[in-house]
Amino acid sequence: MYVAVKGGERAILNSHKLLDEERRGDPRVPTLGLNQIEQQLGRAVDRVMTEGALYDRHLAALAIKQAQGDLVEAIFLLRAYRTTLPRFGYGVAIDTAAMAIRRRISATFKDLPGGQVLGATFDYTHRLLDFSLAGEHDSPPAAAVGPAPLDAAMPRVVDLLNLEGLIEEERPDPAKDRVSDLTREPLGFPAPRDMRLQNLARGDEGFLLGLGYSTQRGYGRNHPFAGEIRVGEVAVAFVPEELGFAIEIGEVTLTECQMINQFKGSKSHPPQFTRGYGLAFGHSERKTMAMALVDRALRGQELGEDGEAPAQDAEFVLYHSDNVEASGFVQHLKLPHYVDFQSELVMVRAMRAAQGEAAADD
Amino acid sequence: MIEAAPLLSVSGLGHDYDGIIACRHIAFDLWPGEVLGVVGESGSGKTTLLNALSARLIPTTGTVRYRTREQGMVEVYRLSEAERRMLMRTDWGFVHQNPREGLRMSVSAGANVGERLMAVGARHYGEIRAEAVRWLEQVEMDTGRIDDSPRTFSGGMLQRLQIARNLVTKPRLVFMDEPTGGLDVSVQARLLDLLRGLVGDLGLSAIIVTHDLAVARMLSHRLLVMWRGEVVETGLTDQVLDDPQHPYSQLLVSSVLTP
Amino acid sequence: MTDESDTAGENGYNFAYLDEQTKRMIRRAILKAVAVPGYQVPFGSREMPLPYGWGTGGIQVTAALIGPDDVLKVIDQGADDTTNAVSIRRFFERTAAIATTTRTVEATIIQTRHRIPETPLAPGQILVYQVPQPEPLRRLVASEVETRTMHALEEYGVMHVRLYEDIARHGRIATAYDYPVKVNGRYVMAPSPIPKFDNPKMDRNPALQLFGAGREKRIYAVPPHTSVKSLDFDDHPFEIERWNESCALCGATETFLDEVLTDDAGGRLFVCSDSDYCHERRVVEDD
Repeated sequence: MYVAVKGGERAILNSHKLLDEERRGDPRVPTLGLNQIEQQLGRAVDRVMTEGALYDRHLAALAIKQAQGDLVEAIFLLRAYRTTLPRFGYGVAIDTAAMAIRRRISATFKDLPGGQVLGATFDYTHRLLDFSLAGEHDSPPAAAVGPAPLDAAMPRVVDLLNLEGLIEEERPDPAKDRVSDLTREPLGFPAPRDMRLQNLARGDEGFLLGLGYSTQRGYGRNHPFAGEIRVGEVAVAFVPEELGFAIEIGEVTLTECQMINQFKGSKSHPPQFTRGYGLAFGHSERKTMAMALVDRALRGQELGEDGEAPAQDAEFVLYHSDNVEASGFVQHLKLPHYVDFQSELVMVRAMRAAQGEAAADD
Repeated sequence: MIEAAPLLSVSGLGHDYDGIIACRHIAFDLWPGEVLGVVGESGSGKTTLLNALSARLIPTTGTVRYRTREQGMVEVYRLSEAERRMLMRTDWGFVHQNPREGLRMSVSAGANVGERLMAVGARHYGEIRAEAVRWLEQVEMDTGRIDDSPRTFSGGMLQRLQIARNLVTKPRLVFMDEPTGGLDVSVQARLLDLLRGLVGDLGLSAIIVTHDLAVARMLSHRLLVMWRGEVVETGLTDQVLDDPQHPYSQLLVSSVLTP
Repeated sequence: MTDESDTAGENGYNFAYLDEQTKRMIRRAILKAVAVPGYQVPFGSREMPLPYGWGTGGIQVTAALIGPDDVLKVIDQGADDTTNAVSIRRFFERTAAIATTTRTVEATIIQTRHRIPETPLAPGQILVYQVPQPEPLRRLVASEVETRTMHALEEYGVMHVRLYEDIARHGRIATAYDYPVKVNGRYVMAPSPIPKFDNPKMDRNPALQLFGAGREKRIYAVPPHTSVKSLDFDDHPFEIERWNESCALCGATETFLDEVLTDDAGGRLFVCSDSDYCHERRVVEDD
């Protein structure tokens, strides 16, 4: 007699053990230390913190280790942890003009107050595999330090343009008493810019990269210039209710990208440059640049541009940018769909039978 | 057939796009059963006017009043969105120049014609279908194509289908934006013939925007001539076309009618 | 359902995983949903330790409702022993240490994916559905702004266009699951991907039916004894699937049957999709 399949619970438990075994790999190879991941896989840590929306290098490293280097899975782990943390309030808006600069470049001015600071970048490396890294020894010589310290003042390029009124000014919306927070309230439409930016900051780097790229290839073209990209440390301040004034609670490493875009102006607005903005934890230039392109594309409607391209469609972009949502839903197709499939089977058979009868009648 | 009170009454209507005036100072009455042509070259503001009249674009200034079946005269832009949308899909019709904009291209011809009926609560498949057949006949389409996708239709057939889709709820007012634009001349002629017949038989009121004076002459009782966003001349169609008064109307008429 | 104790489950997480603030937010959304049957209430869906699309909406609804005295049943495709049902049941055993059951009659809360139990539900029971796509109009209209307007203005003609199209093309309404319904004569609602076989069970059901869509961040409800009507035409009335076969295990003829392939030569048999119902019938027979 037929016996229905059982034993799901035991199978799951065993599958978890197997997964753990695979994660560990050959036990003769030393286990990976979190400090190794933090130190030597820093860009992976940065991405997981950014899209996981939690600034904690140690936990991000743990997530990467647990996820066997699957960064989307690691982002999910970090998000699921983040959501359980108590929320004390919202920080004071950070000031990236006061950033302790590690790298700062502008593609719009050859030189500018504070200068171009190349810093560490893959940009001008030749992508040749460095076989010397395959060995045990990995102690690169120290980079030369410049004769003078960096200028204390590193004004943002957009602020310099702003002196002439050449670029739109960005002021917080006076009608809003607090910042939108997607982790507390669902996305609504039309989505205000702060909500869009939060969504993009958490959004999948690959998805945004593709969308940003599409705007460059003509799907919602917006004539971008990389006004400035800066990487460095910024202080984070918080106003505890019982104190009533701001105290510094630490610092975070950030990458900021200010994209400058052409805008022809209208009858009521003189021609002016407009902005696209990108911000991410750690050193994440590709992400912030893509984000800035997409942010600007999403402002098309507000700026009176025709918006037919995918990157300009706020519902399309914002509903599909989150890789935790996307990955879950795509992969849920692995779950059993016996019942739905059975319903379709019954339907298709009935329709085929009806058609067969009709054909027989003819 | 013309009744004593206007069906649509427009006053002080104007619209600008970010300071650029598209049309202004528009005022007229449309009477039941009357067909009004709006002529002018492209950029004269006639399409903006049509959209502002038909609740598709909220005008910057002015009022549009419509005599509804139940509540009498109402101000269109004072209606709730629900009432306005109901009006648009029952008592009004809108025929786009490009029929693809007015049709649901992914469903069959029958579903396209039946949609408005279902939207107002028709729940009998057989009756909806019979009504769709009737309207396909009215617009002189092969009823055997009722289950075909509009994607397989020619431009002239698509336009007929769009018209049938609009007329199925027996609207009293139909807006048309260059209804024969983009069609071959021979197809145009048949469609014009059909439109004239339908408008007459059904006692429809219509506002037809066109740059084609032949279309205007064939369909409309009265004309508004638009130039740079304003109405520069209005009158009975034959009168305006045969004896234009405003210099622009004269230019328009001469440029078209001179062989 | 009863007072929450502060007893933290394993690893210092709060009872039933979610913090009390979040539970309160979800309960408010549920109350609103119950007050406006069939209306999709947006809520601040949280990231859960299970993936989106795997029942996060249902889990959040259950977590917001469950108390220490509740008895939970979790089914997926009608069965208690499918992997995802096992996983979710374990989640609540671990985080809330509550009693679980496979018996429909014993459960106070039943979380389900894709089925309604065959055993009729009783007053006081809560059925929590996992919902992948809460918007019944989505397949026809991609824009959320547009679909919300359509719900607000009760513009549902396009739903019937879809059904019309089915009949024109196939001679019948070809939707087999997630078959759209109208709740309390007002809102058109997606019943989640249950087979249309289960649709009639929703109508005037004495249990409270709650729907959670985590990824899409919506909660909606059908309060007890509320009318739920499957959309149809007068001359093409709604009908449910029927089988010529009966269950190979318990002989039931009135249940939803899963088809099981027994060999590679077209051999197959049919068994109840509702594993508890099938089991209960066999126990009674054996007695």
